[in-house]
Amino acid sequence: MSGQHQSVVAIEAVDFHFGQKKIYTNVTIQIPSYGVSVIMGPSGCGKSTLLNLISGRYKPDRGKVRVLDHEVNTLREKDLFQLRRRMGMMFQSSALLTDLSVFENVAFPLRENTDLPEPLIRNLVLMKLEQVGLRGAHNHSPSELSGGMARRVALARATAMDPDLLLFDEPFTGLDPISLGIITKLVREITDALRTTSIVVTHDVEEGLSIADHVFLLGRGTLLASGTPQELLDSDQPEVRQFLHGLPDGPVPFHYPANDYRGQILEHS
Amino acid sequence: MNTANPVVWVQRIGAEAIELVERLGHATIFLLKSIGHFPSLLRRPSLLTRQIYSVGVLTVSITVVAGAFVGMVLGFQGYYTLIDFGAESSLGLLVALSLTRELGPVLSALLYTGRAGSALTAEIGLMKTTEQLAALEMMAVNPIRRVISPRLLAGIIAVPLLCAMFTFVGILGGYFASVVQLGVDSGVYWSSITDGVNLRLDIMNGMIKSVVFGILVTWIAVFEGYDSYPSAEGISRATTRTVVSASLAILGSDYILTALMFRS
Repeated sequence: MSGQHQSVVAIEAVDFHFGQKKIYTNVTIQIPSYGVSVIMGPSGCGKSTLLNLISGRYKPDRGKVRVLDHEVNTLREKDLFQLRRRMGMMFQSSALLTDLSVFENVAFPLRENTDLPEPLIRNLVLMKLEQVGLRGAHNHSPSELSGGMARRVALARATAMDPDLLLFDEPFTGLDPISLGIITKLVREITDALRTTSIVVTHDVEEGLSIADHVFLLGRGTLLASGTPQELLDSDQPEVRQFLHGLPDGPVPFHYPANDYRGQILEHS
Repeated sequence: MNTANPVVWVQRIGAEAIELVERLGHATIFLLKSIGHFPSLLRRPSLLTRQIYSVGVLTVSITVVAGAFVGMVLGFQGYYTLIDFGAESSLGLLVALSLTRELGPVLSALLYTGRAGSALTAEIGLMKTTEQLAALEMMAVNPIRRVISPRLLAGIIAVPLLCAMFTFVGILGGYFASVVQLGVDSGVYWSSITDGVNLRLDIMNGMIKSVVFGILVTWIAVFEGYDSYPSAEGISRATTRTVVSASLAILGSDYILTALMFRS
């Protein structure tokens, strides 16, 4: 099982800025093959940006991004689209195509990227929907779905092509407890069933740690820590402790940088 | 920043000019990429027909109604002007030439901008805001091929057809006002049109204008949507920009085309 220890995604010495803001400085991350890797960090630290770099939607200022043995930042557009056929992504907003039904949304990547006959597409779509418990809703339009159901349809669509790499952008955000439990369970089960690699970007500590094989903690534009969930929970590193235990003050200060408090209060008195 | 300083103003104008040129270049590359995907629509004609329905067929009612009213107004205004010179026999020609050369192409394109252009921008902008375009990219589907190209070609096809309908209904509206209401002879109305309207000079040039307007308006609409900032305010601004820019583009290019076509 040597393949299990190879990295499916390798981010090497990457610098990246967005507009005027520096997001990453010299970030190196190796995502191992198979299993669930969870990328955590406070809001605005560039977690979703990482998914965009992996999928080739953003290009780094410096460094390399290798995905499934391809250097994505140097690929031509055609080759990049070819590589994306081996990826599936679930967006925070679900991003279902609003003019298509649930069935057609899941069938969409199959119709666009394969020449499979219609009966086979039908069966595959129904199987994918059954997997997320929504076969009965295949005729619904996206506007008829709750947030949790839409997220499950998006998950079925992301797995439609049986991808080698699954990307999840904040899959747990804004869900009720039942939907949260369902999505958490499905991410883990589908990763195991497909024997694929899942990269989950989240700031939900409990759910993230409960399904993770590997955890990467981002902050201050760099990789702060990585390891198994237990290794991170046992960590004495102040940044790790502050984030995992939700401490209001610490290396990430409670106060936004400001002028002298007393001076500002007395300024107009 | 000192706004009274002339250097600041020069810098600002320079920065805006550079931004405009950059945006134009970006929009031109976007247009060429979209046109480059036209052949793929031959394999998926349903994508095109759905968009022709959306931007074209759904704009027919407003075009027909507007065309009828414009034709009737032309009939009335023309009659009361021409009758002073005893030239009411040329009323049909006046109505037909006004419509085929100018009012048909320009007004139908302006109506298309308001009805379909703004809808295209809002639709594509919303697809961007809700990450649907990003989702297409992640499903290995080029959004320019799947979303933009069918809409652009549909607009280029629909606008000349809408212009033809506008002109035809306008001539009927002119007939109603001048013949039915004002008592101009029916035969005189039609014969002045058949004798005076030139197929190449009037009808073909009108159609060429219409095709150019169709390209301009739809290009602006899809680009503004695709390039919009992904937020409610961003979509609102992009939609406004589409209507303003496309309307000015229609009127500006109409002047240039008219000068080129009819100067002799």
